Amino acid sequence: MFAYIIRRIASTIPVMAIVALFVFSLLYLAPGDPAAVIAGDQATPADVERIRASLGLDRPFLIRFGEWAFRIIQGDLGLSIFTNLPVTRMIAQRIEPTLSLMVVTLILAIGIAVPMGVVAAWKSGSWIDRMVMSFAVLGFSVPVFVVGYVLAYIFALQLDWVPVQGYTPISNGFWPWLQNLILPAISLGGVYIALIARITRATMLEILQQDYIRTARAKGAGQRTILFLHALKNAAVPIVTVIGIGVALLIGGAVVTESVFAIPGLGRLTVDAILRRDYPVIQGVILLFSFVYVLVNLVIDLSYTLFDPRIRY
Amino acid sequence: MSTTALPPGGVPAAAPQMPDILPNRRARKGVLGYLYRYPTIAIGGFLLLVMLAIAVFAPFLWTKDPTALAPAMRTRPPGERWWFGTDMLGRDVYSRVLYGTRVSLTVGFGVAIASSIIGLFIGLVAGFVRWADSIIMRVMDGLMSIPSILLAIALMALTRGSVGNVILAITVAEIPRVSRLVRGVVLSLREQPYVEAAIASGTRTPVIIWRHILPNTLAPMTVQATYICASAMIAEAILSFIGAGTPPIIPSWGNIMAEGRALWQVKPYIVFFPAIFLSITVLAVNLLGDGLRDSLDPRMAKRV
Repeated sequence: MFAYIIRRIASTIPVMAIVALFVFSLLYLAPGDPAAVIAGDQATPADVERIRASLGLDRPFLIRFGEWAFRIIQGDLGLSIFTNLPVTRMIAQRIEPTLSLMVVTLILAIGIAVPMGVVAAWKSGSWIDRMVMSFAVLGFSVPVFVVGYVLAYIFALQLDWVPVQGYTPISNGFWPWLQNLILPAISLGGVYIALIARITRATMLEILQQDYIRTARAKGAGQRTILFLHALKNAAVPIVTVIGIGVALLIGGAVVTESVFAIPGLGRLTVDAILRRDYPVIQGVILLFSFVYVLVNLVIDLSYTLFDPRIRY
Repeated sequence: MSTTALPPGGVPAAAPQMPDILPNRRARKGVLGYLYRYPTIAIGGFLLLVMLAIAVFAPFLWTKDPTALAPAMRTRPPGERWWFGTDMLGRDVYSRVLYGTRVSLTVGFGVAIASSIIGLFIGLVAGFVRWADSIIMRVMDGLMSIPSILLAIALMALTRGSVGNVILAITVAEIPRVSRLVRGVVLSLREQPYVEAAIASGTRTPVIIWRHILPNTLAPMTVQATYICASAMIAEAILSFIGAGTPPIIPSWGNIMAEGRALWQVKPYIVFFPAIFLSITVLAVNLLGDGLRDSLDPRMAKRV
């Protein structure tokens, strides 16, 4: 088990190295002179030269990558071209709203999607099942910002139940914090709920046909015990896997959701960085998100033994 | 596990589903029968055809020049003269939304086709060339651990906005999924007796690929391409919405929404019309994908 954990952690190193190499070489993949592209159309030749020097584009690729990677490992993501602040500090200032949004969405989505999938599988073929499946197709089809605007229009503008936009730090109290996050979390959670509900239903359908479910029924176990204790526990591995994979959707969606609801998080930082072509910031945010994504999936991989003792390493 | 086991008495709620060996309706033949059996293909296909027609015939559908400015007619509400109203520069939202269909469908189909072809090639190489397999798959793992929207954003941040660049950026982000799928199919087919027989009898690799492998990748790839088309259209809208997609001069749904964003609390229609069109189009493609999956790969349909 311990050896497996070490091996599994080690296996993420080449993946992260490739991510880093890719994020780094993006600058060089772009057609034309990257310094000129970043500087924009109104830049003077002196500006272009300054950016070229600050990005180290005047030195050989591999040397530059080596230096860059070495700094990254030490936790230094470089300086923003636009604000001249360390990228790590800019990220640290913006991390709370994004983290809050993702955690609330995650809890909300799992809390809604898993029971939905379980009921759909239990009542398979009924109108409940069809409703859940239709909802899943809709969840995949209606983009985040569409849900966001519709919800904000109805519940914030028309009904005035929650604030329209913005973010309140959790240090200002739990309720104001949650009030601001509830609509963004529902909009962001749509796809995620669809994904988890679908996989839960599919896995549960398969498991409810197993012999041990029949045995549980024969010994007189109640419906709820069978569904949630016997079946759901055995369905946990695929569900948890898809929750991990779906974090990529959350990350991508957060960028948009934060724009719709004017949440000053990492997504807004990314968008602002794109508009200013602030490349070190874009690189930093992408590296961070990819790292989080890999880490989440690593933890999920290791958690399989908790859900299914048959899996041994 | 037996799927035909009788349900224990008293709990009919979770009765095992009977396998669809016998069609429960009178089987109809031909295209109509096919559409009848897979209603999602009929609905999705119909909606998509409508959108295609709108894209092709946009100039003839009572539209005006989608880029014509009319500062005197700013932010007029939807009505007789402007069906979807006008935006903050006085442009006709109806015309812009209809012309936006072109961008969305071009990007959707473009990405689906490009990523299928490139992904197929990479998947075949990974499946057949042993030494390249681990290198290619590690690179794909790396690419896949960057959330695809972020990858596309990063690529767009460095290029000037154009429809071609948007297609390119989203394609790069989608390639790993296709190549993984193709590699999986190749690896499982290689173990099949008929492929082993072909190898043993000295059939050249290109012939094996052409005759035995490609026909078997077609079905899963078609399904995958449909889903990629749907997610590419969403990705395009997202990229344009945050200002990293098609240039503002081209009316795309993402651009219209981005422009309407500042005014959405007072003039919500500018955002809502493109949003509705985008949702319907993506829904159509997703329905088509679900139907194709059910009809082309019945085993997978049972699972998800």
